[in-house]
Amino acid sequence: MAANKLMDFDEALERFEPVLGFEVHVELNTRTKMFSGAPNPAHPDNHDVAPNTLVAPVDMGLPGSLPVVNEQAVRSSISLGLALGCSIAPSSRFARKNYFYPDLGKNYQISQYDEPIAYEGRIEVELEDGTIVEIPIERAHMEEDAGKLTHMGGATGRIQGAEYSLVDYNRAGVPLVEIVTKPIFGAEHRAPEIAKAYVATIRDIVRSLGISEARMERGNLRCDANVSLRPRTPEGEPPAPLGTRTETKNVNSMRSVERAVRHEIQRQAAILAAGGTITQETRHWHEDTGTTSPGRPKSDADDYRYFPEPDLLPVAPPAELVEQLRAALPEAPAAHRRRLKEAWGFTDLEFQDVRNGGLLAEVEATIAAGAAPASARKWWTGEISRIANTRGAEPGSLVAPADVAALQGLVDAGTLTDKLARQVLEAMIDGEGSPQEIVDARGLAVVSDDGALIAAIDEALAAQPDVLEKIRDGKVQAAGAIIGAVMKAMKGQADAARVRELILERAAQ
Amino acid sequence: MVSEITPDLVRHLGVLARIQLDDEEVDRLTGQLDVIVDNIAKVSEVATPEVVATSHPIPMRNVFRADEVGYTLTADEALKNAPDAAEDRFRVTAILGEEQ
Amino acid sequence: MTDITTLSAAALADKLAAGEVSSVEATQAHLDRIAAVDGDVHAYLHVSDHALEVAADIDRRRASGEVLGRLAGVPLAIKDVLVTTDMPSTSGSKILEGYMSPYDATVVARARAAGLVPLGKTNMDEFAMGSSTEHSAYGPTRNPWDLDRIPGGSGGGSAAAVAAYEAPLALGSDTGGSIRQPAHVTGTVGVKPTYGAVSRYGAIALASSLDQVGPVTRTVLDAGLLHDVIGGHDANDSTSLPDRWPSFADAAREGARQDVLKGLRVGVIRELGDDGFQTGVTAAFRASLAAMEAAGAEIVEISAPHFEYGVAAYYLVLPAEASSNLAKFDSVRFGMRVTPHAGATVEDVMAATRDAGFGDEVKRRIILGTYALSAGYYDAYYGSAQKVRTLIQADFDAAFEKVDVIATPTAPTTAFRLGEKVDDPMQMYLNDVTTIPANLAGVPGISIPAGVAEEDGLPVGIQFLAPAREDARLYRVGAALEARLVDSWGGPLLDRAPVLGGVR
Ligand SMILES: [Mg+2]
Ligand SMILES: [Zn+2]
Repeated sequence: MAANKLMDFDEALERFEPVLGFEVHVELNTRTKMFSGAPNPAHPDNHDVAPNTLVAPVDMGLPGSLPVVNEQAVRSSISLGLALGCSIAPSSRFARKNYFYPDLGKNYQISQYDEPIAYEGRIEVELEDGTIVEIPIERAHMEEDAGKLTHMGGATGRIQGAEYSLVDYNRAGVPLVEIVTKPIFGAEHRAPEIAKAYVATIRDIVRSLGISEARMERGNLRCDANVSLRPRTPEGEPPAPLGTRTETKNVNSMRSVERAVRHEIQRQAAILAAGGTITQETRHWHEDTGTTSPGRPKSDADDYRYFPEPDLLPVAPPAELVEQLRAALPEAPAAHRRRLKEAWGFTDLEFQDVRNGGLLAEVEATIAAGAAPASARKWWTGEISRIANTRGAEPGSLVAPADVAALQGLVDAGTLTDKLARQVLEAMIDGEGSPQEIVDARGLAVVSDDGALIAAIDEALAAQPDVLEKIRDGKVQAAGAIIGAVMKAMKGQADAARVRELILERAAQ
Repeated sequence: MVSEITPDLVRHLGVLARIQLDDEEVDRLTGQLDVIVDNIAKVSEVATPEVVATSHPIPMRNVFRADEVGYTLTADEALKNAPDAAEDRFRVTAILGEEQ
Repeated sequence: MTDITTLSAAALADKLAAGEVSSVEATQAHLDRIAAVDGDVHAYLHVSDHALEVAADIDRRRASGEVLGRLAGVPLAIKDVLVTTDMPSTSGSKILEGYMSPYDATVVARARAAGLVPLGKTNMDEFAMGSSTEHSAYGPTRNPWDLDRIPGGSGGGSAAAVAAYEAPLALGSDTGGSIRQPAHVTGTVGVKPTYGAVSRYGAIALASSLDQVGPVTRTVLDAGLLHDVIGGHDANDSTSLPDRWPSFADAAREGARQDVLKGLRVGVIRELGDDGFQTGVTAAFRASLAAMEAAGAEIVEISAPHFEYGVAAYYLVLPAEASSNLAKFDSVRFGMRVTPHAGATVEDVMAATRDAGFGDEVKRRIILGTYALSAGYYDAYYGSAQKVRTLIQADFDAAFEKVDVIATPTAPTTAFRLGEKVDDPMQMYLNDVTTIPANLAGVPGISIPAGVAEEDGLPVGIQFLAPAREDARLYRVGAALEARLVDSWGGPLLDRAPVLGGVR
C-alpha cells in the first residue's frame, strides 16, 4: 500500500478548517449480555475465557432464539446519557441494522435508530492547559457488540492476505452504548488534542459511573474519529460547505486518537491541496505505522434496512427512575478533579502531570488504599508510567492501585528502600504476586538487624581507616564512602539512612 | 408509489440479501415481483400521515430481564452444528478476495 | 373398529388415566399407523426413534403413583418449525438439513413436562412460507381426503397427521393462517391464539410480529387441553403476555354443555361478500350460521373496510421481517455450506449457500422483503403496511363493539390440487385473505369443521375471531357449534374421509 502523502500540520491548518465528530462505543460491565443471560466478557469476572464459552442461543443467532433486554444495561445507559447532559427519551426503541458479516450471529445488529434512549447533550472537556472546550452530543444509544474474528494464514494477522478466519462469539451481545457527537467546529490547531481529551473525558465519566472498566486496550472503549476539512474563506464571506468526511476506526488508545486525527488532517489537506477529492469511507488506523488505510469497501454499507425490532418492546423509562438515576450521578469529572486537587494538596503542575497521564483514577484509588498522595503520585507518574511507556501499555493495566499502596506501605515501614521497591514493582508487573509475596520469595527485605550492619561497617572502616578521623574533623560527607561500601556488601538491601546513623554513632564513640 | 422492478434492482437486492441469483432467476423474479408489488403497493392509499404505525399487535413496553446469569451453551454445544471449526472457533474462508 | 388412533386426545387420556390403555400401546398404535399410511400422506419429516422409551417412562411413573398431567402419555406431533433437542429441526428447508438444536422450544419443553410423547416432526412449507406445503424442500404432504390435493399450509404436515390419525394432537404455527387454513382443508381443528399468549421461543421465526404457535387437533376440547399445556407467560419471549389465562379445556367443556350460542352476537363481514368464495364453501358457512341462529345466536352484519388491504400489508410485513430473520442462515455457525469455487470469499460462500439452500418461494420473499425495507422504500411499503395494521385493528375494535365473535369461512376454496397454484404466487397469497387480519391485529382465531362442499365432497372450515385475550370465548363458541354440527351429522366430519392404505 502506498504511503499517504501528508501536508505539514501548520500549513494544513492555515488552508483548511478541520471539522471533527466522534462515535465512541462503551462496553458496559454488566454481569450478563445485552439480550441474553450469558456471562458478559466485559465484566471483570469473565476476562480471558476460552472461545465460544460465553454464548447463549441468541448471541449466535441460533434458530428459534429470542432477545430479552438486560434491565441493568438500560439503567447504565440512562445514567451515562444523564452524565452526558442528554435528555432521556420518554419512549425509545430498538431497531435491527441489517448487514452480513461473519462476526454477527444473526446478520443483523440490534441497535437503536430513530428513537435512541438519550439525545441532545453536551459535556465539558478540559485540555492539558486547563482550557475548557464544550462538545455537543447528538445522541447515546444502546446496542450489542459483535463477535471477534481472528485472521489466519496471512503474514500480518490482518484481514488482508488471510487464508481463513476464525470466529469467537463470546463478545457477541456485549452491551454497548454508542455516543455520537454533533459536528465539532472551531477546534483548529487543537483538534488532535481535543480528540484525545474528549475520549479521556468519556473514559473518566464511565469510570466514575462504574458502568464500564473503560480499558481501551481491552476494547471496552473504542473511538471512531470523523474528520473533514473545508477551505477557509476570506473574512466576511460565508463559510464553505462541509467537506467530505472519513471515519477512522480501530483507534485503541488515547494517544492514537490524537495521532489519527492529526494524520487525517494532514492526509486530507495534501489531497485537497493537490486538487483531489476525499472519498467518503471508513479508514483503519495502524498503530505501528501511525497511518490510516482505506477499510473494506462495503457494497451494502449504505443500506442497513433498519426497521423496529419486532422481538423487543419499547423502552419507556418512568420519570421517577430517571430522576432517581440523576440523583445518584457522581460528581462531574471536572468538579471531581477540582476537589481532589484541593484534598491532595498538589501544585497545578503536579496535578496536571497526573491528569495528563490519564492517571487520576489510579492515583485516587491508590490513595484510597492508604498511600500518601505524594507517594501515590510519584509511583504512577514516575516508575509505572516509565515502564508502561517502554512496554506500550496503559499504566493502569500493569498493576492494581491497592498493590501500589501496599508497596509504598513496605517502603514507609522501612522494609524496602526506594531502589528495592522499584525492583519489587517490576516483579509485580511481571505477575510474580503481591508486594509482600515478592519480598518474601526474593528475600528482598532491607537488612534491619543492626548487628549485621555494624559488622559490615567495621569491615568497610578497616579498609578505609582514615574515614572516622575525617568525620570527627567535621567532614561528615566522608561517611558516603563507607555507606556505599556497606550498601554494596548488603546488595542494596539496607536502609542507607540507618547505616549513616550507625557510622556517625561509631565516630562519636 | 409504484416503482419499476428491473433486473438490475433484483440483482442488487440479491447482493444485499446474499443470494447468488443467476440470470434465469433474476428474470423470473423480476416478473413475479412486478406483479406482487403492483398488488401490494396499495397500502399507501390508506396509510395517511395521521395513522400511527403498529409494530407490535399487543402494545406492551419495558419488558426486561434481571442481570443474572442464565442459560449458556457449552463450547461443544455452540460448535456442534458448525460446518467447519478449528481451535474451538468457527472457521470461515477468507473475508477478502485475493486482490483488492 | 375402535382403534386407539381414532380416539380423541381427551378420550385417550381418560383411558390412560384409567389404566385401560398404556402409553406404550398408544404410542405403538400411532407408530404403526404412521408406518401404514405416511408413505402416502408424508405428514412426517422425522419419526422419533425413542418415542416408545418416553412412553414407557410415563407408564412407569403412572404405575408408581406419580400424579401426571391430564395429557400424560398422549402422543404429540410437532411441526418442524419448533426446535427440539432429540430430533432434527429443519423448518422444511434444505439449508437446515440435520440441524440439532441444543435447546427445546418452550412449547416443546412444556409438552414434555406435561408427559406428552413426541412422535416426530411434521412437514411444512419451507420456513412456513406457503399455503399448501408444496414448498417443503422435502416434498409435499398430501391431503388425507384426497391424496392429489394439498393439505393446506404451511402446517400441512401437522393437519394431515391428525386428519390421518397419525397423531391425536399436533403443534402448529400460524403467521397468516398456517394453522387455520390447513384445519379447513383437512376437516380438523386449529387455533391461532392471541399474539403473545403462547411462547415463540424456539419457534424458528418467520415474521416475528405475526407468528403464533397453537394447537392442531380433531376436536375443540383437544385443542383446549393442548393450549392449556403450552400457553402462558414465558420470560424467554419478550412479547409473551404476562396475563393469567383461564383453562381453555374448561371453556370448551362449557361450550359443549351450556347454551352459549343463545344471545351470542355473531358478526359477518359485509365486505367479504360471496365473491371469490367457492359455492360449497359459502354453503357450508351459511349452514353453520343457520345452525347457530337456530340455537339462539344473532347474526349481525359488520363492516371491516380495511380488511381488503390486509393481504397487501401482510405481504409487506412478512417478507420484510422474514428477510431479516432468515439472514442467520449463512453457513457460518450451522446448516448447509456451499463453497462455489476455490478461493471463494465468505461473501461468495454465503451467497452460494443461500442460493442452493433456499427454495424459490423463500428467495422470492427474501428479495421482496429486502426491497420493502431498502432505503427509499421503507415509508411507502413497510411503514405503510404497519399503518394498515392500525386500521385493521380499529376495524376489529369497532366490530367487537357490536358483536361477540366474527365468523368467516376459513379459506375461499376447498383443498386445491397439488401443483395448481404453485407457479402463481399472487394467486397463492390471496388464499390467506380471511386468516391474515387476525395475525395483523394479534387477535385469536379458531377454525372448526363446518361441513363438506357439495361440489367436491371436501371439507370446509368456519373461522371465529374474538378480541385479543378472549381466546376462551373461541373455545366456548367453537365447542358449542361443533357439538351441534357433529350431532346433526351423526358423527365427526372426519368419519367421511376416505379410508387410507386399507386401514382406519
Ligand atoms: Mg440459482
Ligand atoms: Zn455502533
